[in-house]
Amino acid sequence: MVEPPAGEGSIASRAVGGQPPPTRVIRPRQGWAPLELGQLWKHRELVFFMAWRDIQLRYRQTLLGVGWAVLQPLSTTVVFAVFFGRLAKIPSDGLPYPVFALAGLIPWQFFAHMLLQSSNSLVDNQHILRKVYFPRIIVPIASVGAGFVDFFVSLAILFAFMAWYRVPLTLRVLAMPGFLALAFVTALGVGLWLATFNVRYRDIRYTVPFLSQLWLFATPVAYPASLVPERYRFLLGLNPMSGVVEGFRWALLGSGTVSGGVLAISSAVAAALLVSGLYYFRRMERGFADVI
Amino acid sequence: MGRLALRVEGIGKQYSLGGGGPSYDTLADALGRIARAPLRWLGASAPSQPRRTFWPLKDVSFEVPPGQVLGVVGRNGAGKSTLLKVLSGVTEPTEGAAAVWGSMGALLEVGTGFHPELTGRENVYLNGAILGMRRAEVARKFDEIVAFSGVERFIDTPAKHYSSGMYMRLAFAVAAHLETEILLVDEVLAVGDAEFQRKCLQKMEQVGTQGRAVLFVSHDMSAVTRLCSRAILLEQGHVLADGDAPGVIHQYLHGGAMHGAAVREWPHLAEAPGDGVAKLRAVRVLDDQGRPAPEVDIRRPLRIEVDFWNLDPAVRPAANVHLFNDQGQCLFISCDFTSEAWKAGPRPKGLVRSVCHIPGNFLSEGLVSVLAAVSSFPRTAVHAIERDAVAFTVVDRSEGDGARGSFAGPMPGAVRPLLEWTLQDLEQGGRR
Repeated sequence: MVEPPAGEGSIASRAVGGQPPPTRVIRPRQGWAPLELGQLWKHRELVFFMAWRDIQLRYRQTLLGVGWAVLQPLSTTVVFAVFFGRLAKIPSDGLPYPVFALAGLIPWQFFAHMLLQSSNSLVDNQHILRKVYFPRIIVPIASVGAGFVDFFVSLAILFAFMAWYRVPLTLRVLAMPGFLALAFVTALGVGLWLATFNVRYRDIRYTVPFLSQLWLFATPVAYPASLVPERYRFLLGLNPMSGVVEGFRWALLGSGTVSGGVLAISSAVAAALLVSGLYYFRRMERGFADVI
Repeated sequence: MGRLALRVEGIGKQYSLGGGGPSYDTLADALGRIARAPLRWLGASAPSQPRRTFWPLKDVSFEVPPGQVLGVVGRNGAGKSTLLKVLSGVTEPTEGAAAVWGSMGALLEVGTGFHPELTGRENVYLNGAILGMRRAEVARKFDEIVAFSGVERFIDTPAKHYSSGMYMRLAFAVAAHLETEILLVDEVLAVGDAEFQRKCLQKMEQVGTQGRAVLFVSHDMSAVTRLCSRAILLEQGHVLADGDAPGVIHQYLHGGAMHGAAVREWPHLAEAPGDGVAKLRAVRVLDDQGRPAPEVDIRRPLRIEVDFWNLDPAVRPAANVHLFNDQGQCLFISCDFTSEAWKAGPRPKGLVRSVCHIPGNFLSEGLVSVLAAVSSFPRTAVHAIERDAVAFTVVDRSEGDGARGSFAGPMPGAVRPLLEWTLQDLEQGGRR
């Protein structure tokens, strides 16, 4: 919608006596549009404010407040430790099961939260989309801000667990942000597709929790990737989240291995999801205000 | 020709009726479509079967130089809001183009993005960011914004504890401090009490004198007259008039947009609306002296005459009128089959007249548009129909003797009847 003032013999280029080129030209767009990620940078303050709003609202008028960010990973870890670790005796690469599970749950919950928030972001902000223009891509991106807060809270819990079970932290932890970025790219890529669909089909709201549940079982969160036979291991790579979860364990706990091949497949899949998601989003965004 | 701030060329916006967008509405339909044409679905583009569409905007062109406050007037549904939505970028035009010179801000609504859980302060920053202001800019103007809104004491209280007036005042205060070179304003002055509205109007006047271009949409003709030197009149998506504000407003108020004023005549049978049973000859709004009445005192009775050619003696047609206010709301329908004369028997073939008598102290003030029709019953058939056949303005200047009494504020309501009240004293002297 906001196009550079270049024009093909149209209103933009037809100069009127001494009139400089216009700042903006509004005209119907056709087909695929350039991403214009520069616009995102220009509106970075709005990204910040919308993320900040979600963080503010997330725990306001709740009894436990930020306590929820502690309770969620903690209770899931306990459940996993009891049922999968104790009862089902699922191996954990020689690590104490609670630490093993939590190290996988942290990136997973970050991902699942981000997926849910970004898929619903356009619909949740529809009153704004109908009344104000700004690059629409801001909405799904800003919606993940609150996930970062939860992420760092649960990371602190993990460090406490590691201290308790005497699992040493190594310099590999420096690789963790890379895996976090992979989770971010994957969630945003899928989130953009789902957010776009959600504008027209509200089915998506009900699909996402279901989808992320299935996805959880396809990801080695409760079990180690080493449980999967060697020759099928590359298939796990098709799910970028398995690369992320294994990567987190490797970086934080020093367990398992991350094969370069699997990681490459994961990264390629995640990048493809993000790029296609961005283009599809841009293509469909012009109709958002009319359809939502 | 001088410099421009905005040029609009042939802008049109099309919607499809019934939900908009492509023809499938459920995911199941969409999946079926995907299965049949796996590649086409990505674009979710136009379906092959024709859909009913309408154009809330069509072929709109105008130019605005910097420093001009352009009023945009027209009835509801005339395309005013759609125009602002297209220009602000919220929605994309279907055809045409517009060029903008300078930064643009749009106030399509006050308080967009306000959240009740956030405090006034937080909402000011958030709303400012949504409207396109920089954080530093909001910080710089913060005190001014708060002072303008008059909610200083509650600025750190969650907005959910605000009265609706406080909420709107704070929201407008943020919007009023938006400093773009071009400003689009949609009917946002209608907030707060009279005092606050006066303040808003002053603020808007300042904007106009700062060399900024403003598009000002309003139903409040006195505000338009005061703020705008020029105005455009939209009607069914088209620009019907473009010129100096008083002239355009006059055209709007006196039925220019309604095709004619208090009297409408079809002298020739061949050109008159209708079928083989009845054709309209004339529709007139007359005051109690029998004079055409484009303007009616709210206290005085008036009558609407429907003259029509009664062409088929085998059918007994009935004239009826439908009155609408300027919001497009139907006030009432009245039909001559309730009269004794109609019940008495068929009317002769030829020109006949039905007169509807509307008492004084009954209609509300404002523009009233009349749809005139001739129909037959009980198997309902409409033989002649003319929308917006005539229009008139009801003026309430009652001096304490109308339904308004001596109250001078806004008085909503589709009708304003003067009704009988009885008063009784149930207790005396404050005894229990």
